[in-house]
Amino acid sequence: MKNDKITLAHGSGGKLTHELVKQLFLPRFNNKALSQLGDSAILHIHGMRIAFTTDSYVVKPLFFPGGDIGKLAVNGTINDLAVVGAEPMFLSAGFIIEEGFELSLLEKVVNSMKEAATLASVEIVTGDTKVVEKGSVDGLYMNTCGIGIVNNGINLSTSSIKIGDKIIISGTIGDHGMAVLSERESLGFNSQITSDCAPLSGTIKKILASGTHVKFMRDPTRGGLATTLNEIVNTQEYGIVIDEQSIPVNDGVRALCEILGYDPLYIANEGKVVIVVSAHDADKVYEILKEDSLGRDAAIIGEVVIEPKGKVCLKTVIGGTRVIDMLVGDQLPRIC
Amino acid sequence: MKYIDEFRNGAIAIKLSKKIADIVAGHDEITLMEVCGSHTMNIYRYGLKKLLPSNIRLLSGPGCPVCVTPTSYIDTAIAISQKYSQEVLITTFGDLFRAPGSTSSLEREKARGASVIIVYSTLDALEIAKNNAGKKVVFLGIGFETTTPTIAASIIEAEKRNLTNYFVLTSHKVMPPVMEALLRDKELNLDGFLCPAHVSTIIGSKPYEFIARDFHIPCVIAGFEPLDILQGIYMLLEQITRKESSVTIQYSRVAKYEGNPTALALLNRVFEPCDAEWRGLGIIPGSGLKLRSQYERFDAHTVFRISDFGFQINSAIRNPQSAINGCICGDILRGVKLPADCKLFGKVCNPEHPVGACMVSSEGTCAAWYKYGEN
Repeated sequence: MKNDKITLAHGSGGKLTHELVKQLFLPRFNNKALSQLGDSAILHIHGMRIAFTTDSYVVKPLFFPGGDIGKLAVNGTINDLAVVGAEPMFLSAGFIIEEGFELSLLEKVVNSMKEAATLASVEIVTGDTKVVEKGSVDGLYMNTCGIGIVNNGINLSTSSIKIGDKIIISGTIGDHGMAVLSERESLGFNSQITSDCAPLSGTIKKILASGTHVKFMRDPTRGGLATTLNEIVNTQEYGIVIDEQSIPVNDGVRALCEILGYDPLYIANEGKVVIVVSAHDADKVYEILKEDSLGRDAAIIGEVVIEPKGKVCLKTVIGGTRVIDMLVGDQLPRIC
Repeated sequence: MKYIDEFRNGAIAIKLSKKIADIVAGHDEITLMEVCGSHTMNIYRYGLKKLLPSNIRLLSGPGCPVCVTPTSYIDTAIAISQKYSQEVLITTFGDLFRAPGSTSSLEREKARGASVIIVYSTLDALEIAKNNAGKKVVFLGIGFETTTPTIAASIIEAEKRNLTNYFVLTSHKVMPPVMEALLRDKELNLDGFLCPAHVSTIIGSKPYEFIARDFHIPCVIAGFEPLDILQGIYMLLEQITRKESSVTIQYSRVAKYEGNPTALALLNRVFEPCDAEWRGLGIIPGSGLKLRSQYERFDAHTVFRISDFGFQINSAIRNPQSAINGCICGDILRGVKLPADCKLFGKVCNPEHPVGACMVSSEGTCAAWYKYGEN
């Protein structure tokens, strides 16, 4: 039963999304910048390194605890630039609006974009507006692109990762995905789960300025921490082992995941970064994060190991070990 | 987190695993079946097999509701969505969404335009029915004794609210008859059953007594947390090494001898026993539940005249398609084969492109093997 149609699973950020990218897009667009498959492409222009990225936002509902589509669209692109080591500078904003959409809601979204951009010291310098017939989109879809400059001396790449390097997560996982889900599905839980949507550029700037030997960073958005770690080890000559007990998860997120049969490792984050750093500098990066308002719950969760190559393993709370694969499709609530 | 972390304590797990190793030291191989999919999933999720000695063999049973739902049921749901595409909304629990029928799945049908909505409870489906008075809302009613009372409750509620556009496509199953069928299977030599936790909170321990009495197979009702499972295994081994057989409850904080009388009364008010088809196991007498005649107007089988659709009831074992594609889900569900025995496993059949239902449900044996690296 092979796919002849695009299913929702192709857009989940997991295995099928990767299949689509590798089999359809990569061979056709084939170029050096794209083939790195980074969160941003790094372009060499007149001796400067420019990071360039784009992302579309189709979140439902448009407003959720801790943010809205506008804040998400600005911060998401800022984070994609920041994790490749770039200083985010300019953003574009594209709006696809459904006929009949409340102007006051659009104003609310634009206001939170302005607020997010100001907070991260970026400017929205170009944009586009399209309105489509009622029913053609669900309220409002957005796209943002961003550019930033990668300063000299910053070279982040999976190829510099070595056995023994440490893995750090900047805080609790799963907050964004579960906040949106509980708002969307009106689950009736009196939950206080708030999205972690936030710009990481300030936090990352401090880390990069500290002289620590950071090897690689990525923000674990769709597909969650598990998918991001798999992207790091994929086809590499090393693996990653993480310790379940050390991974920070808020109680509310854990409880909702237990009830629905979800694994927080696969839930989206919008204000977290995974950092691979030399063992020597791990504590220093950890301390910097702990001092930062966006890194208070940071934790060293694992390390790079020689075996099994290309795989991510989890030491379970009771002392067992299991392999963590990429997300396949969206997680589905189980029957019982 | 309170009431969770206590049952995932690593130090106690090590102690229990030592006790287990001691009690079976020098013993011949012992084969235990965990009946329920949630047990299977947690055994892999926590890496429990590594804490057990090599002479204990764990087999996964037929307790994953999606896995045992026959292909013909998915085909029927798809046929309803196609034949009545303008008027029907299909509502379903999430993990049935990707289960393969003989040529398609609900996920694919949704991509082609079918109205399929994932719900978290039957009450969500009732709300959808209330808010879409012009549509017929069909809930895909599968599952064991754990979920069936909630479906019974939805029917009682629909009756109370005078909802005339809510229907259930029933394929409910009960546990004890299939356990008996497994015991009568000559290929399978079991030494003990780890009985399902949630099912047993509803039915209690009494319905398993015939297994201990007539088949001399010990049964332990165990919870789903890692320490529950390890302790449940230890309690089974105590009986096996003493050559005793009885039904005992490890999960005593929730499961009781008499079960949940309120839920059982609700279930019996709305449903009555019937024969049922299990994927891979065929038709097992008395192993299903159907709506009683006074609730016939909620029965999608009757309302949509499914008998006129021209479907043959076919079990996966006899299904020519299974024979062609080489899927051995049936044997895996019976516990006589492992995913590793299947030539499709991990190659043609994986979670992105599942061939059999055991790969689809998060609680399926093949999905657990694949996800947790036994491939």
